[in-house]
Amino acid sequence: MIGDLLIQGAQMALVLLLAPLFTGVVRKMKARLQRRRGAPVLQPYRDLLRLLGKEVVLADNASWLFRTAPYLIFALTWVAAALVPTFATGLLFSWSGDLIAIIALLGAARFLLALAGMDVGTSFGGIGASREMMIASLAEPAMLMIVISLALLAGSTQLSTIAAFMLSSAVGLRVSLALALIAFIIVALAENARIPVDNPATHLELTMVHEAMVLEYSGRHLAMIELAAALKLLLTVSAIACIFFPFGLAAGPDGLVRYPIGLASYAAKLGVAAVLLGTFETSIAKMRVFRVPGFLGAALMLSLLATLLLYVSRGL
Amino acid sequence: MTLLLLCVAALLALGAAGAARARHPDGTAVVYGGSLALCIIAGLVGLLHLGAAPQTGVLPLGLPWIGARFRIDALAAFFLVVVGLGGGGASLYALGYGRHETVPERVLPFFPPFLAGLILVVIADDAFSFLFAWELMSLASWALVVAHHHDAENTRAGTIYLLLASLSGLALLLALGMLAGPAGNFAFAAIRAAPPSPLGGLVLMLALLGAGSKAGLVPLHAWLPLAHPAAPSHVSALMSGVMTKVAVYAFIRIVFDLLGPPAWWSGVVVLALGGVTAVLGMLYALMQHDLKRLLAYSTVENIGIIFIGLGLAMAFRANGFAAGAALALTAALFHVLNHALFKSLLFFGAGAVLSATGERDTEHLGGLIHRMPRTAFAVLTGCAAIAALPPLNGFVSEWLTFQAILLRPDLPQWGLKVMIPTDGALLALAAALAAACFVRAFGITFLGRPRTAAAALAGEVDRFSLAAMLGMGLLCLLAGLFPGVVIDTLAPLMQALLGARMPAQLGLPWLSIIPVEAARSSYNGWLIFVFIAAATTLTILAIHRFASRAVRRAPAWDCGFPDPRPVTQYTAESFAQPIRRVFGSVVFRAHEVVLMPPPGDTGPARIRRSLRDPIWDALYAPVGHWITRAADVMNVLQFLTIRRYLGFVFIALVALLLVLALWQ
Amino acid sequence: MGGLSLDVANMLAGLLVLASFMMLYQVRLPALLNVLSLHAFILALAIAWQAHLQHAPELYITALIALGFKSVLIPAALRRIVVRLGIHRGIETVTGVGLTMLAGMALVALALEVMLPVTTRADPVTREYIALALSVVLLGLLSMVTRRNAVSQVAGFLSLENGIDLAAAGAQGMPLVVEISIAFSVLIAFLVIGVFLFRIRERFDTVDLQALDQFRGERA
Repeated sequence: MIGDLLIQGAQMALVLLLAPLFTGVVRKMKARLQRRRGAPVLQPYRDLLRLLGKEVVLADNASWLFRTAPYLIFALTWVAAALVPTFATGLLFSWSGDLIAIIALLGAARFLLALAGMDVGTSFGGIGASREMMIASLAEPAMLMIVISLALLAGSTQLSTIAAFMLSSAVGLRVSLALALIAFIIVALAENARIPVDNPATHLELTMVHEAMVLEYSGRHLAMIELAAALKLLLTVSAIACIFFPFGLAAGPDGLVRYPIGLASYAAKLGVAAVLLGTFETSIAKMRVFRVPGFLGAALMLSLLATLLLYVSRGL
Repeated sequence: MTLLLLCVAALLALGAAGAARARHPDGTAVVYGGSLALCIIAGLVGLLHLGAAPQTGVLPLGLPWIGARFRIDALAAFFLVVVGLGGGGASLYALGYGRHETVPERVLPFFPPFLAGLILVVIADDAFSFLFAWELMSLASWALVVAHHHDAENTRAGTIYLLLASLSGLALLLALGMLAGPAGNFAFAAIRAAPPSPLGGLVLMLALLGAGSKAGLVPLHAWLPLAHPAAPSHVSALMSGVMTKVAVYAFIRIVFDLLGPPAWWSGVVVLALGGVTAVLGMLYALMQHDLKRLLAYSTVENIGIIFIGLGLAMAFRANGFAAGAALALTAALFHVLNHALFKSLLFFGAGAVLSATGERDTEHLGGLIHRMPRTAFAVLTGCAAIAALPPLNGFVSEWLTFQAILLRPDLPQWGLKVMIPTDGALLALAAALAAACFVRAFGITFLGRPRTAAAALAGEVDRFSLAAMLGMGLLCLLAGLFPGVVIDTLAPLMQALLGARMPAQLGLPWLSIIPVEAARSSYNGWLIFVFIAAATTLTILAIHRFASRAVRRAPAWDCGFPDPRPVTQYTAESFAQPIRRVFGSVVFRAHEVVLMPPPGDTGPARIRRSLRDPIWDALYAPVGHWITRAADVMNVLQFLTIRRYLGFVFIALVALLLVLALWQ
Repeated sequence: MGGLSLDVANMLAGLLVLASFMMLYQVRLPALLNVLSLHAFILALAIAWQAHLQHAPELYITALIALGFKSVLIPAALRRIVVRLGIHRGIETVTGVGLTMLAGMALVALALEVMLPVTTRADPVTREYIALALSVVLLGLLSMVTRRNAVSQVAGFLSLENGIDLAAAGAQGMPLVVEISIAFSVLIAFLVIGVFLFRIRERFDTVDLQALDQFRGERA
């Protein structure tokens, strides 16, 4: 019990501490690929600390919703992140919510963020919220279909059980899994506002989505939102790692020996993910906003195809 | 039972009293106060009967040889609770809201009989009293829809509503007539005891038509978006939150109780209709900017979700998989309860906005969160609940529906194998679109800057309205935090209808819910809520303690281009534009034209968009056209001599006699 | 044969279906040809894997043909034509990629629905494999139906033919049929592509740039 609690606490603290680092590594990676020196990998921490120390400049007509939303968004993302196994499964509270609940928690965070974007009543806030919800209206069903196909395969929507199933030899190589993985990656790019769906690095009016919503935020509020975004990126990568590449994941009662292995493999997976993400983002151009539905629609179709295959034939 | 019938009698009397004292200053208080008390009693009676044995009663009214039979079993009791909650909430709300009514004499006499009709439908135990109650419900609600009949729009709404209500009455009459058979076993008990009807499929389709047109199943939903804005808000809440659920009750009563196990293809039909209804309803809602119309379409969507659950239950039942059917039906009924709660809340909110500003059009609102903070909070809760966000109740019922989809028993039928996952996708799409729709509805109405003077000068509504809204919001939260209570309450109902039930939930550690087994899936609403609350509080405390807590107010930044005019905000139309382009170009043939002024002209460029309603175009317009054509032809008959009319009567009589002679 | 090698065979067939969907999704001609090349490459892998599974060395030759001919030569030739015709930057206006893909999903479901019950008595190995091959064929047909550009129609046809090859390679114990069908399909491919190319040349080589622009404008 105490051990489980410790593991749960350790994972929650770990994701919180690692999230800015992961963002920093991805940024560094992109900079190096573009033959720039780039900011140090610890820069996101410094940014956060600087923002936390600053005063908040609130727009004149900002309401209570605008002021509470950043904390709620952060809390929702953090709770969702706490339900995703990083280096060990058997989280103490993993039964309090399954993958569907994790998606819904992230959906709640997005709901609040879109509302906060509309609160001040500027045109950019509206544009961001409107586009974000358009993207979400395709990304969320795709994500749910991915979950359904995984759950059909593993017979469970609990992440720990799915990971355990994926580690077992029963899984084999499956067409539906391949489809689900590709769809998951597309959705993950969209959910985290990465290229080619959105560019996290610009404030170019015509293209921004996420940045447009948080335009009015400053100081500690902005810090919370940035941290939540970093957490969400890490959460998505952890989920992909835990579902599709669960190697080295320490299971609950195995004792302390497995934890260093789990930690090391987790670090390795994150490193690989950062390299891949950086390379991908450097090698591809951002899409026009109205190309995005086609891109996400493809993810939705693939995930639906995976589910159909699983429903129709048990071997695929 | 007696208490309940007394309740109904009292409601009818209250209607008469309303007619008598409508113009009296305390008439409103008497009628709504009385109906609040009676609804509470009805709801409590339902609550007490949920687990109890069925209770019957007979009144010497109705058909002479069977009388009017009434019965409360678990199913009726559950829907009584829904009626009690929704009706009670609406009455409480109307205690405040009803005072703004301009024509109370057109509302007060019909509101209590409407409630009486709702209660009677649920407890009726023979075909005759069922249909009588059904028509009472339809007529009373029609009278309420056309209360403000000076508006031509409302009269049209009333006409279409009446047409579809007649259609539903007709279909149910035929369905129940077929169930009763040639022997005329109009009592439900006799129908239940009779062997399964050979016309089962036809009865099911008629029930679907009858209940579906009342519930708002696509393509029979046309009356909802017209009637809901026309009716006073508390009536809209009652119609949307409760009456559509009573229609669902009629469907469940006929299909799951009176009719034997359904054929598997009926599951496919219901699943397909449910899925299409869910997605289309939400897409329609996203295109609206009238607040109450938007809510009406969102009701259509939720009916779709409920029917997805019912279709799953039928599919599982047809294959003898009772446990799965219990899960799916529980999900559907849970959503019935949830939708009654949050849709009432949202209609109350729309009514509050209407009475505070005189506007239903979101394009004329904005910034109300500053002027009506409590209403805004309650409506936000409702929006989050209907958008299926944890830890509120909407999430739980959709989660249960997903769990039912995930059961994947080995179904032999191909139609079901393809339809069930497709419905999963449609449900997911509808849920995501609902989130977009309610971000839009709340954001445009309550956030941003006021777009008109009416919105800028709005004030908070009265205590009764607030109490009703906050009460509904609280119930939404409670049902989301402790879903196990609801599931266990529904268990005897499942046992009675399907012979199976979901595993008991209340004995589980930490009050989680586990629909099938622990390794498969579990959810714990209150724990998630506690986590979120704790994380939020801790973060706020830590940051305010260790980092900065300074705040400075300044003009909005807006990338350096702030424009003080509220016109520059995103409107409801522009918010929906991306989604309109993605989905609307196919579904609604949405079309946008930018009209640029000629060079040298300083006038503004204009954008014009056009939408077509595919269902109206494909179904209602041709039908209307044919009826007009037929009426034109028949018009000749209007100008005949008396002798010819008598001739027609004579010929008809002889023809009937001939038929009779040939029949024997 | 163990479970894993079967899984690999099915996986490769599934990847071929995925590549067919990518062809449906892609509207830029050069990218479409790249996908076509990938399509044939996956086919070559799948056939080679079948050769390994069935210990049928002649299938390796088929795989090599697929790799060299379909994956490298034909796409390269098509690419040259596209560049020569100056339509390599063009975007094909397909009516509703989303709808096409939905139709594709329905076709896959149909293929599975038709093939799985029919082949219940067959080897469980080949059941899903054949069903996936049929899906590839149907998707190829679909992309031929929905595209208006001659080059993309050729691409659709080639992907259809890849589906037939896949099915042929998966059908165990009938090497002769495999040989014949492959020879036949290559012949057909030559013929049809020849006709198509002939028509394209006839249409474009004799006309001047202005008419070509006109042609592009008509479709835009």
